[in-house]
Amino acid sequence: MNTIGIEFKDVEKSFVKDDGSRQIILDKVNFTIPAGKTTVIAGGSGTGKSVTLKLILALLRADGGQIFVGGEDITMARGRKLKELRTRFGVLFQGAALFDSMSVFDNVALPLRERTKKTEADIKAQVLSSLEQLELLGHENKFPAQLSGGMKKRAGLARALQLKPEIMLFDEPTTGLDPVMTQEIYQLFARTQEQVGYTSIIVSHDIPKIFNLADQVIVLHKGVVDVFPSPEAIQWSQKPHIREFVKTTMGEIYQSHLVEQ
Amino acid sequence: MQQNSIARLGNTGLSTVSDLGRMGLYLLQMIQGCFRFPFRFSEFMRQMHFIGAGSLVVIFFTAASTGMVLGLQGYYSLHKFGAEGMLGSAVSLTLIMELGPVLTALMVAGRAGSAMCAELGIMRISEQIDALDCMAVDPFRYLISPKLVAAIISVPLLTALFDVVGIAGGYVAGVQLMGVNPGSFIDGMQNSVTNHDIWLGTVKSFVFALIIVWICTGRGYFVHMIKGVGYGARSVSKVTTQAVVLSSISVLVLDYLITAILI
Repeated sequence: MNTIGIEFKDVEKSFVKDDGSRQIILDKVNFTIPAGKTTVIAGGSGTGKSVTLKLILALLRADGGQIFVGGEDITMARGRKLKELRTRFGVLFQGAALFDSMSVFDNVALPLRERTKKTEADIKAQVLSSLEQLELLGHENKFPAQLSGGMKKRAGLARALQLKPEIMLFDEPTTGLDPVMTQEIYQLFARTQEQVGYTSIIVSHDIPKIFNLADQVIVLHKGVVDVFPSPEAIQWSQKPHIREFVKTTMGEIYQSHLVEQ
Repeated sequence: MQQNSIARLGNTGLSTVSDLGRMGLYLLQMIQGCFRFPFRFSEFMRQMHFIGAGSLVVIFFTAASTGMVLGLQGYYSLHKFGAEGMLGSAVSLTLIMELGPVLTALMVAGRAGSAMCAELGIMRISEQIDALDCMAVDPFRYLISPKLVAAIISVPLLTALFDVVGIAGGYVAGVQLMGVNPGSFIDGMQNSVTNHDIWLGTVKSFVFALIIVWICTGRGYFVHMIKGVGYGARSVSKVTTQAVVLSSISVLVLDYLITAILI
């Protein structure tokens, strides 16, 4: 399995607010997301975490700078090239973004039907095997509205994994889930990453629990980013806004440990 | 204060221009989407059923009552001049050239256009369209072109049905109820309606179908970018209302323009 990383070079993004003023989200930021590892993007509300994900996917365009996905600049990609780059991604959206007029089976089968030339029999076999792995077998004929929050996330993950992505992006994956389900979802992420070997980028508010999965942490604050090679490194930072962030989210001391498989 | 109002005016101007530009590009992409493969035939059939077959009852009743009112009103107006024999001509020309295409389009905009707008709006705010983009599935080919092709085929057919039912309604009111000579009604219709009139009505119905799908799906597709409609469910409801109003007004304005150019 090839894995690829992402590099931000002098990336700028701002939005015009309702009163006409400009809100700077990213101010010439530079960082690298290493291949095959898990990077957690953290920060307060409105600091641009989801915007960063959308920039990586080119769902939003940067005002300036470059974003290299596996060496290719996605900010310049259009049409076929962009399509090609996007096939390397899998995305688990905040609300799972399942197509609510389709059954779970059809949702998971959609990328295979649209992006591959597989026969319906092959698609059925692959989808059912994925659903079995994610403990959704028996629910394939249900519609998203009939699923619990955790089941929706798992169905979304199953759909995102169908085309064997090289990079997985998770946008607030545990929002609205209870602590037990949150833990299960994290274990599922660790397991699937081990199996598929993708580069993982997780945007999350769930600090410090999410740090169990992190190899690298990026903290966004007022347009600038701070990159930490490990969750522990955040606590050693002397920057006042990072110290404040640590205090409000984790308390004074935090030690990461591996998720028990 | 003065500076603020100038800034607000500037902002409104900028957002209107960018909205127009976005909708212009959207129209091009929507048309391109119809020529991208594989075409979703099953979704196209579902839309044909929804836009076409689903509108049959409403079109039938609207056409019948419109035709009957035309027959009745036409009779009273023409009777004053002793020209009841012109009733067939008046009813059929009015329906074929104007009321058939326009009222069919307004019914389709209210019934199917609103549904298209709300569906795409909900898909947008729940990130389903982003999910399609991320799977490298073209949303235009996947979601919008089946609706456009279905509307372009079914709206002219519904218009034809409207014309036939409307003329029948006019016949019932004029001939059966008011006693106009049936021969003069049919003869007046045959003599006055030309192929050009039918062509004009058909051109209108094609254009109206395109306009309805363009505005209704476009407003839903861009619900997250439209200023002043708020967020979430409220934005979808506001944009749906906007889409129906805007497409209805566009149909009426275009009706005049097409008539002025092509008649």
